[in-house]
Amino acid sequence: MSNNKEEITKQEEKSSNKKQEMFLFLTEKEEKEGLLSKNNRKLLSDPLDDNNPITVQVLGICSALAITVQLKPAIVMSLAVVFVMAAGNMIVSLLRKTIPSRIRIIVQLVVVASLVILVDQFLKAFAYDVSKQLSIFIGLIITNCIIMGRLEAFALGNGVWKSFLDGVGNAAGYGLILIIVAFFRELLGSGTLLGFEVLGHQAASIEDSTGLYALGYEDNGLFLLSPMALIIVGLVIWYQRSRNKKLVEEN
Amino acid sequence: MELVNLFVKSIFIENMIFAYFLGMCSYLAVSKTVKTAVGLGAAVIFVLSITVPINYLIYNYLLKDGALTWLSPEMADVNLGFLSYIMFIAVIASMVQLVEMIIEKFAPALYGSLGIFLPLIAVNCSILGGSLFMQQKDFSGIEGSLVYGLGSGVGWFLAILAIAAIREKMAYSNVPAPLKGLGITFIITGLMAIGFMSFMGIEL
Repeated sequence: MSNNKEEITKQEEKSSNKKQEMFLFLTEKEEKEGLLSKNNRKLLSDPLDDNNPITVQVLGICSALAITVQLKPAIVMSLAVVFVMAAGNMIVSLLRKTIPSRIRIIVQLVVVASLVILVDQFLKAFAYDVSKQLSIFIGLIITNCIIMGRLEAFALGNGVWKSFLDGVGNAAGYGLILIIVAFFRELLGSGTLLGFEVLGHQAASIEDSTGLYALGYEDNGLFLLSPMALIIVGLVIWYQRSRNKKLVEEN
Repeated sequence: MELVNLFVKSIFIENMIFAYFLGMCSYLAVSKTVKTAVGLGAAVIFVLSITVPINYLIYNYLLKDGALTWLSPEMADVNLGFLSYIMFIAVIASMVQLVEMIIEKFAPALYGSLGIFLPLIAVNCSILGGSLFMQQKDFSGIEGSLVYGLGSGVGWFLAILAIAAIREKMAYSNVPAPLKGLGITFIITGLMAIGFMSFMGIEL
C-alpha cells in the first residue's frame, strides 16, 4: 500500500518536473497501464479493508451513524455517497490544474454542493419517504469528511480514471460499514431486515406470535437508540484490528 | 424564558455529538489533548453562533417560499429553497476564512496548535448541521436562531472537552491492543451518549 503511494508521488514529481502537456484523462504513465491494472484494482479494494475510510482513516463518521437504524436508508445513503464521490472526484480531477490552491476548498465545496442538490432533488422526486427519513443527512453529505478528504488527498493529484476508481472504492468502504451497522441495528432492534419480519411475527401475546417470538424472544430496544451505533462501530474496529495487527495504534 | 429553554435544550437534550453525531471527524481527531480540544471547541462556538443567524436571515428573506415578497408582490410565488445548501456552505466557508485570519493575527500560538483543523471547521458537519436544523425548526425570530447556534456550539464544546479529558487519563489504563486509540474512543463516546440520554425525559 505504502509502496503504491510512493510510486504515485514519484510519478507526480516526474510529471511536474517535465512540465508535460496536460492529458485530459490520463497521465502518460497511466495511459500505458490497462484500465483495470493491478494498481487500479488496488484503488478499489484497499478502502474496503486495510484503508477503510471509517475505521482506519477516521473520515465521514458524522453522517454515517444517525441513519443506520434501518437497512433501507443506509443503502440509499451509500448509493448517494457513491454517486457524489465518484462524480466529485472526477470533476475536481479534471479541474485540478486550473484551480488556484488558495480557494480550492471553496471550489470543492461548490462542486460537491451542486452534486448533492442533484441527489436531493432526485430523491424528493422518486423516493419521497426515504428522503423524509434521511432529512438533513443528505445535505450533510456536502460536509462529509470522506469527500473533502479524498478530493484533497487524491483527486487534486491524480488523473480522472484513477480518481473515479478511488471515489468508488472509498464510498464503497464507507457504505460497507454503514450497511454492517444498519444490519445489526435493524435485526436486533426491531427484528426485521429491509422491513421483512425475518425473526417471525410478534403479536400481542406469546400464543399468537410466530418464529422466535413464540419462544419468548424480545427485541432489544437499546439498538434503536443512537449510542449503539457508536458501540457497534467500536466493535467492528476491534474485530478488524485483531485480524490485522498492522493497524493497531501505539497509544 | 422560551429562549433559556431553547438554550438548555440545544446543549444537553439535542447535543450535536451525542444525539446527532455531527462533527464526529474533528471530535475524534483533535481530542487527544485538552488544550487543542478547548481551542477547537471555542472556534466552533464562535463560528456556529455567527453562521446560524446569518443563514437564518438569508433563508427567510431570500430563499424561502415567497420570501422575496418584500422586493415586489409579483415575487410571491418564487421559491429558491433548493439553493439553500449552496448558500449555507458559501456563508460558512467565508466565515471560517475570516475566523482563521483573525486567529492567525491575534493568537499565533493557538493557530499553530490548531494547524490543519481550522480550515476543516468549514467541513465540520455540526456547523452545516446547525444551519440545516435551523431551517427545519423554523424559528419565529432571529434571536431564536442566535440562541440555538450558541447552544449547539456550547454542547459541542462540552462534548469534546469531556472526551479529551477522558482520553488523557486513558493513557494510563490497560486497554486491549486492537481497541487502543480509535476503538475505545468510539465505545466511550457511545457510553457517554447513553448518559446524555437521561436528559431526554426532561420537559422544557
